[in-house]
Amino acid sequence: MLAHAIIFYFFSFVVIASSVMVISSKNTVHAVFFLILDFVSVACLFIMLGAEFLGMITLIVYVGAVAVLFLFVVMMININFSELKTGFLDYLPFGMLIGVVIFIELVMMISAWKYKAEFIITKKITKPLVSNTESLGMIIYTDYILFFQISGLILLVAMIGAIVLTFRRKDSLRRQDITTQVSRERDESVELRDVPNFKGVKIND
Amino acid sequence: MFQILKVLKLMIEITLAHYLFLSAVVFTIGIIGIFLNRKNVIVILMSVELILIAVNINLVSFSVYLNDLIGQVFTMFVLTVAAAEAAIGLAILVVFFRNKGSIHVEDINSLKG
Repeated sequence: MLAHAIIFYFFSFVVIASSVMVISSKNTVHAVFFLILDFVSVACLFIMLGAEFLGMITLIVYVGAVAVLFLFVVMMININFSELKTGFLDYLPFGMLIGVVIFIELVMMISAWKYKAEFIITKKITKPLVSNTESLGMIIYTDYILFFQISGLILLVAMIGAIVLTFRRKDSLRRQDITTQVSRERDESVELRDVPNFKGVKIND
Repeated sequence: MFQILKVLKLMIEITLAHYLFLSAVVFTIGIIGIFLNRKNVIVILMSVELILIAVNINLVSFSVYLNDLIGQVFTMFVLTVAAAEAAIGLAILVVFFRNKGSIHVEDINSLKG
């Protein structure tokens, strides 16, 4: 119990500290690295909670895909990131005001949860018979198959959208035009000519 | 003395409220990040990711403490949407940078919104 508490406090400290560093560090590359640290600690918290599958998926999707995507974009866009931080303090009072209000609301919600009406019966945590991944797989592919397919469709649309947005057609490049290749007829490509003696024919006239 | 022991017991026994509190803190940091970084769109996108991960912590902790797997299934869908959002957002950012040569939030005013 004590070990669980110590590990929880350690990971949540890392999560909160790295979140603060994400929004306040001067260098955007450092911010992305702190984002990665944040995701890794959250994945550890998930595994601690007993949601191993989601912890691993968080590692793969967030650290492996999203954070690396951010890193690529930060490194490819060539601008001076330090001057972007000017005016940071102008928005501080307003931002803190909104943040404090939202935080107080959330804490009030959490403390009111204790005195909730009994509309949800909180069960005691019982050790499941099968592993987390197995039990998730048993309901995702049966009860939630429609949502699973829709999420795949969302990813497909996102992929197509990203490609369409960033695709640039270069006119200097000579590309293969399959339609003209296929629709080529014999008449426009082969020609019979009478070749006069000692004169020959001009090619490509 | 008894009071101190009681507080200590509350701190050591990790309950749902601890996880909810953590998720509230991360969520708030994400919101503040959106307000503070009015010049850098990339940091705003990262703040949105922070908010989404806070929501995920909330869903997973409820799912574990209520012994109901639906929360974890829903977390997977939130994860999917987060990945799609990051891909589209960064693609829009790259196109914007190509056209305008900057990623200042103040420069995004072509729609006169």
